Amino acid sequence: MAIKTQPVTVNLGPQHPSTHGVFRMRVMFDGEEIVDVEPVFGYLHRGSEKLAEERTYTQVVTLTDRMDYVSSMLNNHAYMLAVEKLAGIEPSPRGVWLRMIASELQRIASHLVATGFLLQDLGALGTPLIYAMRERENILDLFEMLCGARITNSYLRPGGVFMDAPDEFWPALKRSLVDILNTIDELETYLSGNEIVFSRTKGTAVLPPELLINASITGPMLRASGVDWDLRHRNPYDYYDKVQFNRILHTASDNYARYWVRVQEMRESLKIIHQCVEQIEPGPVRPSFDEIPRLIRPPVGDAYVAIEGSKGELGFYLVSDGGISPYRMHVRASSLINLTLLRDMLIGGLFGDLFVTFGSVDLNMGEVDR
Amino acid sequence: MTTAWSGAALAEAIEAFAPGSVEKSATRDVWLNPNSILVVCEGLKTRSEFRFDLLSSVTAVDYIDHFEVVYHLTSLPMNASAVIKTRVGLGRTDASVPSVVSIWRGADYQEREVWDLMGIRFEGHPNHKRIMLWEGFPGHPLRKDYVTYDQSIETGITASNEDGV
Repeated sequence: MAIKTQPVTVNLGPQHPSTHGVFRMRVMFDGEEIVDVEPVFGYLHRGSEKLAEERTYTQVVTLTDRMDYVSSMLNNHAYMLAVEKLAGIEPSPRGVWLRMIASELQRIASHLVATGFLLQDLGALGTPLIYAMRERENILDLFEMLCGARITNSYLRPGGVFMDAPDEFWPALKRSLVDILNTIDELETYLSGNEIVFSRTKGTAVLPPELLINASITGPMLRASGVDWDLRHRNPYDYYDKVQFNRILHTASDNYARYWVRVQEMRESLKIIHQCVEQIEPGPVRPSFDEIPRLIRPPVGDAYVAIEGSKGELGFYLVSDGGISPYRMHVRASSLINLTLLRDMLIGGLFGDLFVTFGSVDLNMGEVDR
Repeated sequence: MTTAWSGAALAEAIEAFAPGSVEKSATRDVWLNPNSILVVCEGLKTRSEFRFDLLSSVTAVDYIDHFEVVYHLTSLPMNASAVIKTRVGLGRTDASVPSVVSIWRGADYQEREVWDLMGIRFEGHPNHKRIMLWEGFPGHPLRKDYVTYDQSIETGITASNEDGV
């Protein structure tokens, strides 16, 4: 006999440990089933785009660190490519290799966080997250060697990076690459064939690829639905055309596929770093201040550059009026746009799957709200 | 490598199926008449020579005497990109443009963000509300005439938002 239930509206967040920051949703439940979801954004809105209009092109780097704060290097990278395109700057080869190494390390760190927190949301309290965070800690130590900062790096400058890697960086990187690979193997041994993970993630929140494309969703979410779209391969920026890597695709497009794609992409990032280390050559890490002054004044115009961020297409749109600071900066934030289909993913599902789906999207509130 | 449509080629191709919709074109950009946005976007998405199935980004710029809405389009099957722009709110009044959510759902949050921060209305948007700021927030902060609290201290002009944010 069916029990008669009444829809109840529940407020989740912004102060909820499973909302990856300060995300808030108004969810209407009928029993355990979700009948309506309304996301509420803005609790971390700092007006970065407005703040950028009062800073010089180099100073804006510090703002990009604070957007997606678990992948600052990738934000730095996207922003600098946009500045270079706008100002017509030719980067130094060694600087490019260094920033590719930094970006790929950051991608691994970001995917580790995503994987760890997904498992945390699944109810595996602590252990997988600690494993993932331990390895991320290694990567942050490497960043500390590179630029002195662990999270808000501000490592990149127009035309390269601001300082060369110290001698002790290279052996430490070599050791870390082995450690990271071991951790990925370890995580996969425990998780990728785990029956609880299977039963909780397979077949939940399935999205067809056409819908994903129509909703502008990119990155691991799109590749988990079988669409071969990775900007590092389709529109190679920097020296991504000089490195070989596999594009990771899955066809199920469910929460498990998204988890699996991220784990495999970490392995590919390791391969890319190995190739970067092989190909890097001594030289200046950025053009001298005679070639590119500290205060750059790009010609009047606009530029849009997108890179493959850890969460999808990460784009920067810059408009210059010929002055020392951007006339307008806009960030194409993949975390925000990847949430477009949140209602489609959640409605009709159960409360228990809500946070799992949420974790599999992998969003960062710093980037959603900016 | 993604091929970027040149402004002239794109303008010509758009004029072929939607005559009178292009206002002008530059190296990479095409300026459209705001009233023809829906027809052109529908064509750019469905016609076999374009197939722009992914809307990368929607944003807007305040150029003091008018606003410009900028669309960055990507075609996954053709590996091509294009930039279309439209000028709205000449003289800073009645800035509005048709919403493209019915064509690309990816425009949903981005158009709400443009409305919230730049104050450009998207006609026909299914959920036309502020996204980052709260309902009742005075003004649209990314506009050039918005005076922040810090600017009001420096210049003595009254801040747009008296709460000091």
